[in-house]
Amino acid sequence: MTATLPDREEPTGALVRPYAVTRGRTRPRLEIAIEALVETTVRGRDASTGNRGGHGREHQHIATLCDGKVQSLAEIAARMKLPLGVARVLIADMAADGLVAVYEPTSFDSNDSVGTELLERVLSGLRRL
Amino acid sequence: MSQRPNTGRVTSAKIVIAGGFGVGKTTLVGSVSEITPLTTEAIMTSAGVGVDDTRQIPNKTTTTVAMDFGRISIDRDLILYLFGTPGQTRFWFMWDELVRGAIGAVVMVDTRRLADCFAAIDFFEHRKLPYLIAINCFDGMQYHDPNDVRDALAISHDVPVVTCDARNRESTKNVLISLVEYVLSMRRQRVGA
Ligand SMILES: Nc1nc2c(ncn2[C@@H]2O[C@H](COP(=O)(O)OP(=O)(O)O)[C@@H](O)[C@H]2O)c(=O)[nH]1
Ligand SMILES: [Mg+2]
Repeated sequence: MTATLPDREEPTGALVRPYAVTRGRTRPRLEIAIEALVETTVRGRDASTGNRGGHGREHQHIATLCDGKVQSLAEIAARMKLPLGVARVLIADMAADGLVAVYEPTSFDSNDSVGTELLERVLSGLRRL
Repeated sequence: MSQRPNTGRVTSAKIVIAGGFGVGKTTLVGSVSEITPLTTEAIMTSAGVGVDDTRQIPNKTTTTVAMDFGRISIDRDLILYLFGTPGQTRFWFMWDELVRGAIGAVVMVDTRRLADCFAAIDFFEHRKLPYLIAINCFDGMQYHDPNDVRDALAISHDVPVVTCDARNRESTKNVLISLVEYVLSMRRQRVGA
């Protein structure tokens, strides 16, 4: 488990050229919510054992993190110590290549029955904790 | 692939934990999270919109906001995230993303510094995100009448105001349960209307 980072309320400015790993791109190919879940596909697992160029190292790291254990974008960014936006670009690339599956969260903005049903599950889950 | 039940896909949900510096957000998240709270950072550059190329833009000013978050597995296919984030208005670029699709928000209040939560309340009301007020009692060092706090905050009588001990798992659980119950009751009202 990653150690807890110190609590910071002020901009740190400590990150060194974070977008270097995305070659300057700040726009992901896919919008991914911070709580969206990411899971490595079979293809992603196979690819991560091979030696790939380019973003191989980051992709490999993500593929390992999410192999058999879904993780949110936020968790991946935190565990890799990357800003959210950088992790998002990397994951969107991997999703486009079929290396990971991205499960978007259920939105509660609308008033539909899907959301209500899920809220009820959240409620009973919390009561069971 | 992972060992998932046959219900199809996994999904997630989130609750936002807001409040001023030192009010107990990280403590609250940590008291129920199944993982040690993690920190992630979002960066906004002054040229943050439409920057989608490899140009090097010198002297960009950047703002970084750190968020603490925790995770609760509700079920094998349903994960709840708690995101704690500071309430200063200069971080609102992050709040937009945080509140999108959220179940609701817990606004943590330290009665010694009530004004620290004003910005969060304004924001959630503007965005119509359901929220409740959780007064962190800090060992019961102060006496808190929820109704006094409600009056001082000038919030609607519908908004739940509860007290909590952020370090206590049961107490935090009850805060979250109160929020979800509130959100559910509001949805039922709207559907029934
Ligand atoms: N005595 C006491 N201390 C608390 C309580 N909640 C938080 N703290 C302490 O207050 C400080 C700030 O809490 P923290 O969770 O980091 O606040 P945040 O800035 O909102 O994330 C920490 O030292 C906590 O240990 C509480 O209910 N009682
Ligand atoms: Mg904190």
